Amino acid sequence: MKTLKKTLALGASALAFTAIAGAATAGSHGMTSACLITKTDTNPFFVKMREGAMAKAEELGIELNAYAGKVDGDNETQVQAIETCIANGAKGILITASDTSAIVPSVQQARDAGLLVIALDTPLNPIDSADMTFATDNFLAGELIGKWAAATLGDAAADAKIGMLDLAISQPTVGVLRDQGFLTGFGIDVKDPNKWGDEDDPRIVGNDVTAGNEEGGRKAMENLLAKDPMINVVYTINEPAAAGAYEALKDIGRENDVLIVSVDGGCPGVQNVKEGVIGATSQQYPLLMASLGIEAIAAWAKDGTKPEATDGKDFFDTGVALVTDKPAEGVESIDTAEGMDKCWG
Amino acid sequence: MSNSDNYEAAASGASTEVASFADTKKGFVGQFQHALHVNPAIVPLIVLVAAIIIFGLLLGSRFFSPFALTLILQQVQIVGVLAAAQALIILTAGIDLSVGALAVLCTVVMGQFTFRYGLPAPVAVAAGLAVGTAIGAVNGWLVSRMKLPPFIVTLGMWQIVLAANYLYSNNETIRSQDIEAEAAFLQFLGTKINISGAIFTLGVVLMIGLVFGLAYALRSTAWGRHVYAVGDDPEAAELAGVNVHKTLMSVYMLVGFICGLAAWVMIGRYGSVSPSATTGVIGNIQSITAVVIGGISLFGGRGSIIGAFFGALIVGVFELGLRMAGADPQWTYLLIGVLIIAAVTVDQWIRKVTA
Amino acid sequence: MTQPILKGRNLTKRYGKVTALDNCDFELMPGEILAVIGDNGAGKSTLIKALSGAVIPDAGTVELDGKPVKFQSPIDAREAGIETVYQTLAMSPALSIADNMFMGREIRQKGLMGQLFKRLDKKEMERIAREKLNDLGLMTIQNINQAVETLSGGQRQGVAVARAAAFGSKVIILDEPTAALGVKESRKVLELIQDVKSRGIPIILISHNMPHVFELADRIHVHRLGKRLCVVDPKKYSMSDAVAFMTGAKEPTQAEAEAVAV
Repeated sequence: MKTLKKTLALGASALAFTAIAGAATAGSHGMTSACLITKTDTNPFFVKMREGAMAKAEELGIELNAYAGKVDGDNETQVQAIETCIANGAKGILITASDTSAIVPSVQQARDAGLLVIALDTPLNPIDSADMTFATDNFLAGELIGKWAAATLGDAAADAKIGMLDLAISQPTVGVLRDQGFLTGFGIDVKDPNKWGDEDDPRIVGNDVTAGNEEGGRKAMENLLAKDPMINVVYTINEPAAAGAYEALKDIGRENDVLIVSVDGGCPGVQNVKEGVIGATSQQYPLLMASLGIEAIAAWAKDGTKPEATDGKDFFDTGVALVTDKPAEGVESIDTAEGMDKCWG
Repeated sequence: MSNSDNYEAAASGASTEVASFADTKKGFVGQFQHALHVNPAIVPLIVLVAAIIIFGLLLGSRFFSPFALTLILQQVQIVGVLAAAQALIILTAGIDLSVGALAVLCTVVMGQFTFRYGLPAPVAVAAGLAVGTAIGAVNGWLVSRMKLPPFIVTLGMWQIVLAANYLYSNNETIRSQDIEAEAAFLQFLGTKINISGAIFTLGVVLMIGLVFGLAYALRSTAWGRHVYAVGDDPEAAELAGVNVHKTLMSVYMLVGFICGLAAWVMIGRYGSVSPSATTGVIGNIQSITAVVIGGISLFGGRGSIIGAFFGALIVGVFELGLRMAGADPQWTYLLIGVLIIAAVTVDQWIRKVTA
Repeated sequence: MTQPILKGRNLTKRYGKVTALDNCDFELMPGEILAVIGDNGAGKSTLIKALSGAVIPDAGTVELDGKPVKFQSPIDAREAGIETVYQTLAMSPALSIADNMFMGREIRQKGLMGQLFKRLDKKEMERIAREKLNDLGLMTIQNINQAVETLSGGQRQGVAVARAAAFGSKVIILDEPTAALGVKESRKVLELIQDVKSRGIPIILISHNMPHVFELADRIHVHRLGKRLCVVDPKKYSMSDAVAFMTGAKEPTQAEAEAVAV
């Protein structure tokens, strides 16, 4: 028993040292330090974001600490991460907020302490709570796939049956923007653009939520198919959800006569476009967001310049492109070969 | 008595010292084991102090600053309060999976009562505490009267409370700015006290007060002794004259009330009321982790609530320390996993004192 | 003739189709040790539980000191002065000797601390616990705050008996006090029982151990098929007779059955 205790104690302390020694570059005094806080550290989107940030930080000689929530929607851990950054004396924070309004007081605390806070990918609520937002224009991303779907269907668009696979019942901004963008692009009156689910167009079969993963996508698709098995257009919040929806359609043998559109542009997603699982997807560029964010923090640390917003928008647009091998008239797109070159994850 | 042969005579030559409390000679390890048996909070205290020293050496003044050290207290205040509640339940040999969800529901009640019904904030806070207590009472009644296993009761209640929370709130976050402008009392426990760089919030003060209050009640009142006795062996407690039902009800209701307090602390800390707060999903596991690391036996009847508090602090120190060191957060979870298993191993070892 | 201190009449208890107590009578006289013996399943423990409040009989009456009582719980019985030492001892192993002795009847501090903060008077409880244990010549206590689980079986039995003796003003019920003990420890506990008896408190002793029963008991209540078969005097009957009655190998004559009935 004594030996066991010793072993345990030794093991634990050895682990602790490895953990710290392995990851810490602590002690590099005088170096500008920055923080990257993502929603999770398992989603490939955020992994790519971290890679982009790390590479740029190394290039500019910035010490970067990365943090992540335990699960999507984990505000508490992100608050703790911001507090850690303040305590660590970081110059700036890049954050993809899990809860865009709940995080605001902590962001304010960081800004009061002199840190530059840049929201990546997801704007805070209100958007000016952060010094700047580097993001995909999610509304535009949705609009592109909406237009493409309408153009591909042609006249049949008038009696389309549309299933909407959204993100979460809490209606995070990113999900609302993509959803409403898609509907606008398709030519449907969205009523209140700050909310999905309030539309009364008969072509919409229903909305369901996916949590942005395969499991949720499949379940949500099954729910909507139960409502109306003749759905022929499916909007999905992202490509994993699209893949899940495809599985549900395959089960009832309808995978070939349903048009699935999505947003993200991750490598497996683009591969799915290539293989015809997904009709078209709007590709966004997380790596770019992160590396631009690091540059902005470097500039802030150097002479106090703050990043500027893109003309006509209240955030810095990092760009979006429609990826499809079946280009539709009137909608600009790139093919999957180019999409694969630029994909992430 | 003719047929009673004198079989006991054979033993009469033996020592008559049958029931004396002679202390057998023990080595240092034995004495240490005995000390732990009497005072189970020592182990987590040692781990806590060691962790602070190790991180202090590695991170230097950044970690050893009043700001960072009190930051730990702020970061553990919610888990600390929930762990106090969880510790009470686990002392009765139960487990409560619903604590985190209940706390979130109470935040929503406090928020919605103010913003939807326009009630004064103190009334809304009282309503939140009352809802917590009432749901605790339901848990207690099902466990004590219906004799259902606490794991099952609270597993169900966890889902019920979480769903009720989303349904009731429509999953609307009440923004911090709105609360500040219209019902600042909800954020009362977020009030900061700055003592030369060390920052305490009233929530932290409440957590510490709660832990020491409960420690006193458990150690020095009849109620506390009954809680231990019920957790140790409910049948023996009943036969010895403890009202087991009343004791269990009081514990579950108090736990519900404490979840209400945790809710108030949460609003103070995060400023906003968010129905999708992660505490609703992982608050139960976090509190159980703190309790187990704090050396409270999951079999009930053993351990101290101060230990659970230390357990919460240990997790807090590890999280902040590793984060400040820039370690991958997965290391934190890995180390906490090691601590949990080590803590239970030590608990088993302490129990061997009886052998 | 003296009145029985504890008397049961026509006690009946059914569990579904099983009749555990069938119109059972029972008497305990002041100052005596009454042994209750019976084969497994004869209903002894139900009888004892009916007397100690752990079971509420379906029918029949219980009188204590000539007054009818209806116990709803062991706590009621305890408050009336009937203490039971259960076979399981009803102690919390992780708690101390003092805590266990005062479980359910703790003493609060006087004054503000006691009234407002319900603070227990640990010193006083420890003092009394030590005194009670010493009174019975029980043991040389080193640490009254030792957890009960650190005691040997005999020591635990001793603490349980001391607890009963400390608070049992009218009747003490001992359920199989020596069943789990070795020879030496049993001897010690038997002495302890004699000691308690010498203080004038009547004792009901349930035991399977015939030598112990015959050594201690003033009268022996033989229980069979849910009722009292007869009460025998250990000086006039042998252990074999008792076992024969108990197992049904021998029926008592009418005279034997009535001779001892009060």
